Amino acid sequence: MNAPMPNLMLDVARLRMDFPILSQMVHGKPLVYLDNAATTQKPRAVIDCMANYYAEYNANIHRGVHILSQQATDAYEGAREKVRRFINAARREEVIFVRGTTEAINLVASSYGQRLWPGNEILITEMEHHSNIVPWQLLCERSGAVLRVTPISDAGELRLDEFERQLGPATRLVAVTQLSNALGSINPLRRLIELAHGVGAVVLVDGAQAVAHLPVDVQALDCDFYAFSGHKLYGPTGIGVLYGKAALLDAMPPWQGGGDMIREVSFAKTTYNDLPFKFEAGTPHIAGGIGLGAAIDYVSKLGQPAIAAHEHDLLSYASEQAGAIPGLRLIGTAREKASILSFTVAGIHPHDVGTILDDAGVAVRAGHHCTMPVMTHFGVPATVRASFSFYNTIEEVDVLIHAIRRAQEVFG
Amino acid sequence: MSDLRDLYQELIVDHYRRPHNYGPLVGANRHAEGFNPLCGDRLTLSLNVVDGMIKELRFEGVGCAISTASASLMTDALKGKTEAQAEAMFQHFQALVTGTDKAEAPVSLGKLEVLAGVREFPVRVKCATLAWHTLLAALHSVKQPVSTE
Repeated sequence: MNAPMPNLMLDVARLRMDFPILSQMVHGKPLVYLDNAATTQKPRAVIDCMANYYAEYNANIHRGVHILSQQATDAYEGAREKVRRFINAARREEVIFVRGTTEAINLVASSYGQRLWPGNEILITEMEHHSNIVPWQLLCERSGAVLRVTPISDAGELRLDEFERQLGPATRLVAVTQLSNALGSINPLRRLIELAHGVGAVVLVDGAQAVAHLPVDVQALDCDFYAFSGHKLYGPTGIGVLYGKAALLDAMPPWQGGGDMIREVSFAKTTYNDLPFKFEAGTPHIAGGIGLGAAIDYVSKLGQPAIAAHEHDLLSYASEQAGAIPGLRLIGTAREKASILSFTVAGIHPHDVGTILDDAGVAVRAGHHCTMPVMTHFGVPATVRASFSFYNTIEEVDVLIHAIRRAQEVFG
Repeated sequence: MSDLRDLYQELIVDHYRRPHNYGPLVGANRHAEGFNPLCGDRLTLSLNVVDGMIKELRFEGVGCAISTASASLMTDALKGKTEAQAEAMFQHFQALVTGTDKAEAPVSLGKLEVLAGVREFPVRVKCATLAWHTLLAALHSVKQPVSTE
């Protein structure tokens, strides 16, 4: 197949100039950054707006009477509104700022989890990231609930028949990823959520991987919780979001205690603040929240459909080219996929592939991608994972393919 | 590219493809396990030590070319060595792959020196040294798996 025409909707060459890090050389070669599933690079707009906060109006929020505190509060709360719009939450107070997806899931497991009892069940899937497995295991240990796991097919697709069979009146909570970080599989969320609600279970969606690649509309999905991290959405590390339906969040006990989450404190009795502050104890990552807002502005300007179209072209081209390499095995061949090209090369350990790709300037991830059960399913200790962003190009895919062939030569 | 060729020398690729002393060791009296959870490399080392001398040693496990070749070369090199000699070689090997041996009088490590290229790849030092740390654990009868991460 010939390389497809570059997508006319995105001027990728121009967009790349917005990302200072992308123009550098590594090992004497142009950097080809294909580790976007681990973290995305940051546009100048994000970097500048964070620096600007520290340089111009650094102050604590929600308490100062002075002008800088008001500016900082406005910017931080403005970012919350940007998140609300981005995921189409009904209300701003349904957007809780946290450190990242992992913290968001732990918050739900700790707080919502207090209403789980022996005999209850939590249903997750075989393709979950460790951060959407371990908090539920810990909750099961505490509560006596039982963890059940829906298997995947050898293509890396969720076994919908099994999911449906495993759901039952004992299922209190379902936790599922929207987009698998190890396989690239997209889950049929609306169907899963409908089925789960049918038995009265609440659903948490791990959106860490999806949020940069797929449309997210929490109301259309009707999910109860949605978790994501800023740094996989071109924003800073250390900031993320837990969306929750207001009725659920209202009924949940606070998670961490401290400043900002209280209304009135006395040694006799403390009353808690309203949403979202009830779940935001302590001074938050103010610059991070503002930076996430800037990242959302940036991707919103590009438009999700244009991003998805270009990334689809990249993934199709890469899958075809990689699939033609003898000895290369694609791990994850779901019909509905995005962004992720996970593979092994016969006779070469993924870490050795990773080192040789790095030498060619190509940054990928080699390892288990925090999904050990997925590795077990496919009988491999690790995979090489190239993950694409809208700022990647067809030419960069060619560099990747060439470097894989080079690895085969080195091990020839 | 020359660094890459230094790292993946033919001898290393050969030992990765066809590791020496691979498999269980009948009658072993020392065992240890090495495991790097982040990268998933895992190896079990079994030794037969008699009167302070390593009579026989073998390994099993899964790992990258560097960790597998290192284990293979190490097991070749240590056969017939005393425990004290093995520990001294550990020190020299460690210096070799981390590049801290430059100032000292170089000690010949024979074929093990093929792994010197690792020093240009700091993130891969943990691969080259996993077998050696597992060896120390076996000699000192450490029960829990050792890691170099």
